[in-house]
Amino acid sequence: MLTYRAIYVITLREFKRFFRQKGRLVVTAARPLIWLFIVGSGFTMLIDTEEVEYIQFILPGIVGMTILFSSIFSTISVVWDREFGFLREMLVSPVSRVTIVFGKLLSGTTLSVFQGAALLLIAPFLGLGVGVLDYLAMLVLMTLVALAITALGLFVASFLESLEGFNVIMNFIVLPMFFLSGALYPVGSFPPYIKVFAYINPLCYGVDSFKHVLLPGSGRLAAEFPMLLDVVFVSVFAVAFTFASALVFERRK
Amino acid sequence: MSIIQVKDLVKRYNGVEAVSGVSFEVEEGETFGFLGPNGAGKTTTINILCTLLGFDSGTALVNGHDCRNDAHQVRSSIGLVFQEMTLDNDLTAYENLKFHCYMYNMEKRLAEARIREILGVVGLSDRRDDLVRKFSGGMKRRLEIARGLLHRPRVLFLDEPTLGLDPQTRSHVWEFITELKRSEGNTVFMTTHYMEEAEVCDRIAIIDGGRIIACGSPDELKRALRGDTVYLRTKDDATAASEMSGRLGLSPRQLEGGLAFTIESAEKFIPRLFETLSVGIISVNLKRPSLEDVFINLTGREIRENNGPQRARG
Repeated sequence: MLTYRAIYVITLREFKRFFRQKGRLVVTAARPLIWLFIVGSGFTMLIDTEEVEYIQFILPGIVGMTILFSSIFSTISVVWDREFGFLREMLVSPVSRVTIVFGKLLSGTTLSVFQGAALLLIAPFLGLGVGVLDYLAMLVLMTLVALAITALGLFVASFLESLEGFNVIMNFIVLPMFFLSGALYPVGSFPPYIKVFAYINPLCYGVDSFKHVLLPGSGRLAAEFPMLLDVVFVSVFAVAFTFASALVFERRK
Repeated sequence: MSIIQVKDLVKRYNGVEAVSGVSFEVEEGETFGFLGPNGAGKTTTINILCTLLGFDSGTALVNGHDCRNDAHQVRSSIGLVFQEMTLDNDLTAYENLKFHCYMYNMEKRLAEARIREILGVVGLSDRRDDLVRKFSGGMKRRLEIARGLLHRPRVLFLDEPTLGLDPQTRSHVWEFITELKRSEGNTVFMTTHYMEEAEVCDRIAIIDGGRIIACGSPDELKRALRGDTVYLRTKDDATAASEMSGRLGLSPRQLEGGLAFTIESAEKFIPRLFETLSVGIISVNLKRPSLEDVFINLTGREIRENNGPQRARG
């Protein structure tokens, strides 16, 4: 049912498109740096934290943000392909719809992990010690988070008809997900009625799992959920939305 | 066994019949054309045969596979060139073709060989590594047709292959398709609303309002007209028409702005018109039968007058 050669070439195409769009590359590289060094260093002066500096505290969140933006906006290719006709080239080929979904999922995920991994190289400059094992653990966790969010993006994108619609809807999804992820302030500090939204947010568990690795120790700014819960929630979310988007893709033509 | 078999095919959009009981068969190696105005049901039929669209009743078989239940096998047997462009502008010609090969699960070596060969056939070998974005309309069309042939399909579907191209490029594309047919021997199923383009087909089905109103080779269809068509404009068409039927035994058809009738050896008949009619004649136009006349004869109107809004596809 899955054709690996087709999945490979769908992924290859997304990579080529990504690296050929110079503007997108610059924005992608600049966004996390702006957050870290402009927002992060500003608040570092303002906020008196104990064991970790604020700029160190937000690194896991900014890694999460990078994956969030990259994964969600990678799925614009579904809408793009529909608008510019290329989707029909794929739909009329003998590969199954699920193969197409997996191709998009794999390309969105790898591009995100690649960006997250690049950003992580900054950690030593922020005074965070990241060993080889930590780095490998982060790669695994980032892959899970990227899968979950790309699958969510694919699910939503498969309902959308136009690029304008995509931008409006996705921004509406991305910003609350980011601010409710614990990236900029601990989830424990949210009012109870807002906490509810954080608890169903996959990025919240994703960022928490990154904190386990990057900010070991305890305290107000450390991870807030058990690692096991983080991993299970993100994995279940990834599987559920992969199935959901495959289902929607199968139905729609 | 026919490579395409369609029987009593019906497709409705929101209760309106776009295809109402169409039946036809296409033989292997044949070039078969669907001719008709926009909105006649051509693209709907092609989309059903290519498994991109479901249908309400009837049967549709391609290469012996059911278009509804064996979509996978049907898709493996066909190549398709859509009405609108479906290349990726941000990839090179080679990359677009490679994408296609891999979607059809071809080995790398086979893919490379086929791509080299087909780029030669369409005369784009020297543009192999250029972005498609930089291609002209005609080059893109050639590349799309090349792509449709890469996996050696049993049937190549061409949906309005020259739509939106300038006349010169259109004739280039046609030369290319005819040449390709000669060298590769594919079965080609095409739609068009350009009459002169349909002439290259072995057989044509004329479709209007979701029904096939005539089917046969271009010659057969023209022969059925039995003669040449004379277009006549007079100062008083109604009187002229009654005089023609009364005195000359003709049954002229009323068109917008004139009359038309069909007669053998029209050039010898025209002088009699001038002798017989009492109303002033403004112009007389004699046309040897063309497919356009076949269409007019069958429907009472010209094919391009009926360019209604395109049906939604998808």
